[in-house]
Amino acid sequence: MDNSIEKRLHNLRERLSYITDVFAGKHSDSTVMLEERLTFFAGRAMSGASENAYAELATVEDLFAHVERRLDKTLSPMDKVRIVRHPQRFCLRDILENVYDNFTEVGGQDEHSLDPGMLIARAVITRSRGKKKYMQSIMVIGQEKGHGAEYRNGGSVKPWGNAKALQYMNVAETEGIPIHTYIFTPGSYPVEDYPGAAQQIAKNIYNMAGLSVPIVAVVSEGGSGGAEAIGLADKRLMLSHGYYSVISPEGAAAIEGRLKNGERASPELIEHCAAHLKIQAEDNLRFGYVDKIIQEPPLGARPWHFDFFRSLRQDVIRATDEVVISTRKMPVLRGLALARHRNPETDIDGLYIRWGLSGAAKARLVHRRQQKFLRLSRQAARDRRPFLTKTATTFLDWISKPWVSFKYDFYHKHQRQISTLMEEINNEIDMIKYRLLSPWRKLRCRLPGRQDDKAQELTTLSTWEESGRSRKWNYLSPRYKIDRTLTCPNSESYGCLDLWGPDLFAEFAGVCSHCGYHFPMEPEWYVHNVFDAGSIIEFNSEIEAGNPLDFPDFSDKITAAKEKARAKSGCMTFEARIDNIKMVVAMLMGTFRGGSVGAAEGYKFVEAAARAAKKRYPFLAYVHGTAGIRIQEGTHGVIQMPRCTVAVRRYIEAGGLYMVLYDTNSFAGPVASFLGCSPYQFAVRSSNIGFAGPGVIKETTGMDIPPKYHRSYRALSRGHIQGIWDRRQIRPNIKQALLTIGGRNLYYR
Amino acid sequence: MLNISQLLDEIKASPYREIVVVAPHTGKITFAEIAPGDRVHGPQGQWKELPGDRLATLERERNPKPVCAPENGEISLVHKELNGCFVEAGTPLVVLRHMLTRDEVQRTILQKTLHLFLAPERAKYYFTPEADKKIRSSDAHSVTVRDGMELFIMSRMKREVPLHYTGPDGVIYEVYFKYNENLDAGAPLIGVCPQAHLHVIHDMIIRVQTEWTET
Repeated sequence: MDNSIEKRLHNLRERLSYITDVFAGKHSDSTVMLEERLTFFAGRAMSGASENAYAELATVEDLFAHVERRLDKTLSPMDKVRIVRHPQRFCLRDILENVYDNFTEVGGQDEHSLDPGMLIARAVITRSRGKKKYMQSIMVIGQEKGHGAEYRNGGSVKPWGNAKALQYMNVAETEGIPIHTYIFTPGSYPVEDYPGAAQQIAKNIYNMAGLSVPIVAVVSEGGSGGAEAIGLADKRLMLSHGYYSVISPEGAAAIEGRLKNGERASPELIEHCAAHLKIQAEDNLRFGYVDKIIQEPPLGARPWHFDFFRSLRQDVIRATDEVVISTRKMPVLRGLALARHRNPETDIDGLYIRWGLSGAAKARLVHRRQQKFLRLSRQAARDRRPFLTKTATTFLDWISKPWVSFKYDFYHKHQRQISTLMEEINNEIDMIKYRLLSPWRKLRCRLPGRQDDKAQELTTLSTWEESGRSRKWNYLSPRYKIDRTLTCPNSESYGCLDLWGPDLFAEFAGVCSHCGYHFPMEPEWYVHNVFDAGSIIEFNSEIEAGNPLDFPDFSDKITAAKEKARAKSGCMTFEARIDNIKMVVAMLMGTFRGGSVGAAEGYKFVEAAARAAKKRYPFLAYVHGTAGIRIQEGTHGVIQMPRCTVAVRRYIEAGGLYMVLYDTNSFAGPVASFLGCSPYQFAVRSSNIGFAGPGVIKETTGMDIPPKYHRSYRALSRGHIQGIWDRRQIRPNIKQALLTIGGRNLYYR
Repeated sequence: MLNISQLLDEIKASPYREIVVVAPHTGKITFAEIAPGDRVHGPQGQWKELPGDRLATLERERNPKPVCAPENGEISLVHKELNGCFVEAGTPLVVLRHMLTRDEVQRTILQKTLHLFLAPERAKYYFTPEADKKIRSSDAHSVTVRDGMELFIMSRMKREVPLHYTGPDGVIYEVYFKYNENLDAGAPLIGVCPQAHLHVIHDMIIRVQTEWTET
């Protein structure tokens, strides 16, 4: 048999096994038919019975193509998950070889790399205009799953791999070349070793929010945190057979089915979750979380689909050009150039756009990117504010802008000169008064019955001043009424005695009087005991958490949570005062579905940051507890990670002080983005901080983790947080922190 | 001369340790579904982070607290008559028979046959540099000790004092302390065995490792 026939036969066998794997038992009639035809032809070719083997082979190949096209229409979301995870799917190295004209790996070679799962390369493409050739450089960053799969860890990047990516993003910024990121990850590797999974992702997102070079991201397998670590881009393209999701369908099934101790979810439940999480490219395009879909050949692209790589090349170059063009100042020229580029007939290789940006264009680029993310996912939260309130708020915002800018930008800047002048005038007046009144004073001193204050102070007993100890709490947890004792969890090791409930939850503020263990308290306790009494002004309380994906049975659960927590969402935003220092507080409440963050919570957080920036108040994120992103909201939830981080970055860059205080358990998405990016993070004692809980770590890495793995003290040693506070000292500590650290635009400075 | 066989036979005659589980404090006791003859597990997991099987619940001031098995073993006695009663602290509740493991048997025999040199006070202990060098290069068996020899450095609050060995001459068989770890007064530091007995002890360990069946 001819060598080339052998080769093509091998290719067909691979395609057949691919189809079998992807559909996992479905459409068996088609696969059986294909297999029969293939073996029949192979038998004939082997025995030499076939007269025109090439023609017969072409027929079989046509049949394969036909069946693939037909089956492509029946793909379910879970089939797509199997496609992106299939070993035959193309990888980042295939892209580097087929999309770019030349490249050099710079992030390490093969297994000799800080993290072989993260691949970084400098690539070039050549474009021509007329006879002139232009070389353009790009920094390519992405996860690699294949080509040495045994050490790539399935594209699950360790924290130091993400740190490497960040390092080279900064290199690209210095060199002024665009960045192309390719997302091929099932999720980040959840270990807390330095720099810490959550902390590093937070740093990446924060930096990408202000990177002054064009960034284009292409999503094939976008698994939550790992994807966001390199995913905050000006243009996000998505492959038609990829998925972009908050959690793997298996993970969602484990949570939905409330599975414990490594039980396996049933395939039906996984399929059900995949279908309802809306993870496909079309869904994400509809929501606006990706800008364009790149069409793949039927049943997904594999390394031999060279046409696909050609169209991918056109698309990423076009996207980069569009980003660059959209930063131009002249609207007419910008519109013309964009229209030319968006025309699908245009040959992008024949156009040349310079990718370097001027200083002003860089500022516009960053601004556009930030605006883009701030606008996302508004529709997914239910804004129940009445129309009049909304209009009035917008109007007031508009009206108050000049006043605020006069008050803070002009008056406060010149306040010192004004007050110095006033003081001098007052001094003069006082002196005149003193001289004028001196005869009268002399007369009064000689009057009988006048006691000397000094003598009285030295001869009488001092009185006991009101001390902090005797101060009663403004609010007592309702649990103080329980008539029972409680055992401190540390009693085994420290020998703590039992604590009587009414003591513990009232006077002791939930702190073990022997070892200092902090029992969890309600969010209300903090609201009333940390801030000045009566100073709380809540805003945006009408923004409600909903069920934007219509996830089955979830509407009831969210309604139940609203009733139980007596709140409309898991995030409460309010203005408050501590000793008359005003601040804006966003509180994530662990009592509302574990403090998970969805579209409504993100919306309120973004609004709170904007309010703090406008009023020049410090912004405190008090995390009573958060379990991560609300998975039932799918990508509506995961988009809050870049979105809130952008809001926070804008606030910090406007000169504000953003401070985070963790309590109880804080995990996953929020910690890996808008909380973890704060330069000033503190924790309350006995709190746990991490990226993934023990169950998830066991499931994804197979490692057992030691019992105190997520303790805040470990986060402190690692440098994630800056200090650990006693609960009873939160108020003085916050006050001290406000007076001593942070931003230049604080009103009380 | 040591009689290892006799020692082993003694242990074989009662191959368990009886653990009496007592009430940690006063309270009302409710026993779990246990009966004499049941096997229970002690704390498990890589870090012993999972508590042992629940034997009873002790309730005081409406605060129920589990009483768990401290070791693997077989229940030999349950004071069922106390079920539902208010008990004082220290009242025996359950008697557990913990079958000795190979390592435990070996440790018991070694403690009986070796001469143990005890820590005189709570401190950190180190070997003198010469001894330390020898132990690191080969093993503890190569170090011969005599009465009055300067063998340890005792370190308290960074003040270091030499410590002299007292006892029979021989070789160091076991080292019971770790680098940079505080030891209480009276804890054994090393076990010494006379050179002549070394082969007897080797035999004993081989016998324990081969003959002792763990249940």
